[in-house]
Amino acid sequence: MIEVVNLHKSFGDLEVLKGIDCKIEPTEVVCVIGPSGSGKSTFLRCLNMLEELTDGDVIIEGEHLSSRDININEIRTEVGMVFQQFNLFPHKTVLDNIILAPQKVRKLKKADAIQKAYELLDKVGLRDKADNYPSQLSGGQKQRVAIARALAMDPKAMLFDEPTSALDPELVGEVLEVMKGLAREGMTMIVVTHEMGFAKEVADRVIFMDEGVIVEEGKPEELFDNPQNERTRHFLGKVL
Amino acid sequence: MSTFNWSGVFDYMPELGKGLYYTLLISILGIAIGFILGVLFGMGRISKNKILYGLSTIYIEIIRGTPVLVQAIWIYFAMPLIINQAILDNGSFRMNSIVAGVIVIAINSGAYIAEIVRGAVASVDSGQMEAARSLGLGQGQAMRHVVWPQAFRRMIPPLGNQFIISIKDTSLLSVILVPELIFQGRQIAANHFNAVEIYTTVAIFYLAITLTLSFILRYFERRLHI
Repeated sequence: MIEVVNLHKSFGDLEVLKGIDCKIEPTEVVCVIGPSGSGKSTFLRCLNMLEELTDGDVIIEGEHLSSRDININEIRTEVGMVFQQFNLFPHKTVLDNIILAPQKVRKLKKADAIQKAYELLDKVGLRDKADNYPSQLSGGQKQRVAIARALAMDPKAMLFDEPTSALDPELVGEVLEVMKGLAREGMTMIVVTHEMGFAKEVADRVIFMDEGVIVEEGKPEELFDNPQNERTRHFLGKVL
Repeated sequence: MSTFNWSGVFDYMPELGKGLYYTLLISILGIAIGFILGVLFGMGRISKNKILYGLSTIYIEIIRGTPVLVQAIWIYFAMPLIINQAILDNGSFRMNSIVAGVIVIAINSGAYIAEIVRGAVASVDSGQMEAARSLGLGQGQAMRHVVWPQAFRRMIPPLGNQFIISIKDTSLLSVILVPELIFQGRQIAANHFNAVEIYTTVAIFYLAITLTLSFILRYFERRLHI
């Protein structure tokens, strides 16, 4: 579904990604962990070209992101993204946040978009907040709306960029519950996270990144209980 | 105070009314065109296109760096000569002072509004654009539906400020013979020796315009919860 080939990304002289190769299969849930500055978020942002690739390629459903004549907007509709800072549109109600892209990009009729939005709000447990503005929601509620907004485009995969890092501790659980539900339904998910409990419980595979490369990857029980690489052991020793 | 004939001011209301008309006409047209220029050049200032950025920067720097009075005189007296001698070659071009006045207010307010637009758009968090683009919206769609509405709210207070400055700047157009408020007032005062009454009335007229505008802007600010 997603294939990453020798991906390099530099910001000026700073090389953040130094050759990433990996493959993500449909319905797979992959958690990316690693110390800050290891390039996890940059890696994720390259997958929907919020960052331009410096070298290498990302292939999504057969489409090469490195190709010049690619329609990036079309690819982005297939890959939903959830941000650490939610990035809800503050001037729009919860409902309007969700129906904007389906209406403008998918050309859905407003009534259909609204119906779908309510279904998604049910899914994230926020139907009663449809007419509220983002500023009236808690952090956990905002992130659940952001997930609903991304799902409204019927993406084939979802990218999560530290979705719970900006939340108060007591609000983390409600967001992780929604994500677990998605995983159970068979959504392909790539999750950059510091929630090791979530990675252990939900991930099919955990990738450990450090200094712009994938150091080690494997099933969560292998990687967490029996890390092979010294850097993985060192990192896990500090966070677990 | 007995030497001043305040009630006599009413005799000159037709002339002052004409001045008020031209002050309002030039303010409204000038600011409306200036707003369009401001949006275009403001977007040019944020553009990644080097030519658009360069043109916008040159425009803004020239206008901001020269006095309105000089701009008015140049457009009314110098520009027609250039057009006649360099372009038309037959001297048939005449510049109308009111048209010149509208041009001056438009290009002048446009430069300042461009900076207001640039600042407001730049102040919208970059995550907003990213979120919109990640949903598949194009650059233009994201700008129109997500960034611009948020930027526009932030523009209203500084825009109001600029509108008031531009309205007051129209008084400088008297030097290029636009029959606006102060031009009319000066004509009356010179002929009837009632400078105190007339100039005070003129000042009150300006104040009435700007206070009305302030009031309208405050209403909008409240409605948009700024």
